[in-house]
Amino acid sequence: MTEIIVVTSGKGGVGKTTTSASLACGLARTGKKVAVIDFDIGLRNLDLIMGCERRVVYDFVNVINGDCTLKQALIKDKRIETLHVLAASQTRDKDALTAEGVRKVLDELIAEGFDYILCDSPAGIEKGAHLAMYYADRAVVVVNPEVSSVRDSDRILGLLASKTERAEKGNGGVKEHLLLTRYSPRRVAAGEMLSITDVKEILGLDVIGVIPESPEVLSASNAGTPVILNEGTDVSEAYGDAVARLLGEERPLRFIDEAKKGFFTRMFGG
Amino acid sequence: MGLLDLFRRTPATANVAKERLRIIVAQERSSRGAPDFLPLLRRELLEVIRKYVNVDPDSVQVNVEQDGGHDVLELSVSLPEKLR
Repeated sequence: MTEIIVVTSGKGGVGKTTTSASLACGLARTGKKVAVIDFDIGLRNLDLIMGCERRVVYDFVNVINGDCTLKQALIKDKRIETLHVLAASQTRDKDALTAEGVRKVLDELIAEGFDYILCDSPAGIEKGAHLAMYYADRAVVVVNPEVSSVRDSDRILGLLASKTERAEKGNGGVKEHLLLTRYSPRRVAAGEMLSITDVKEILGLDVIGVIPESPEVLSASNAGTPVILNEGTDVSEAYGDAVARLLGEERPLRFIDEAKKGFFTRMFGG
Repeated sequence: MGLLDLFRRTPATANVAKERLRIIVAQERSSRGAPDFLPLLRRELLEVIRKYVNVDPDSVQVNVEQDGGHDVLELSVSLPEKLR
């Protein structure tokens, strides 16, 4: 049974691609067969975050157009054997993606026995974002504790509830989860940032993960390593927890309280 | 955070954010799924009403409500104090 998961947000720059890459790695690490697809046609970036940008020969649109086989376009990850990446096309043609084309690729992946297909949505609510969510069984809505991101997430939740195949056919709808990124417990404690409870209340959804704000995310993307693989860091652990929860495990949230500082750090900074 | 930071704290604005979001999200949810012509209908109604009464732009409310199997178009116009 294949599960199709869309990683979406509405707003750009909140961490969709970082999240897609890390969730895909985390799921594949458990031995599941995983494909992660970049739906951001024209602005390919998942390949960079995954560190496979120089191995892209064929892309998503090439497969749809029949320029190559799916097998030729899927990039096998060098770190995790069961992980595969399908890069976005760099075409400027807005109509390169079609619902039938996307369905065809998904069906082929299902036939190949993939356990999870992650769809990395582009920002916005245009065609790419629409098609990334259309066939999803589940959605991970990435949100920053910040007004514009929360509002856009609510818009996306509205679309998930109406403009998806599951919503249209009345198959119980898409199962939705929130994933908070760039969370700063210190700023929340100071009353400067929306808390997990605030975001949960406003959007009326539970969170599947809270990723703390950290310089690790940038250094991982600099290196082309999905941040979940930088073991021993808070961010990696937090993504690991989110993956476990996706797989049905119950885990308490971590890294959500302000770290206790000693006298020295409090006085002289750190 | 160092010693100096104690004297220049950023104000606690999270509550303001939460309150603003609560209002706008509720408002946007209520108009979700409503026909696209509602904003235009509202604007044109306002123009017509304003030919006769000088009402505030916020005083005209147009909503579509579900009532059993029917959609009900609900119009509400509050007139200014003086006319009452």
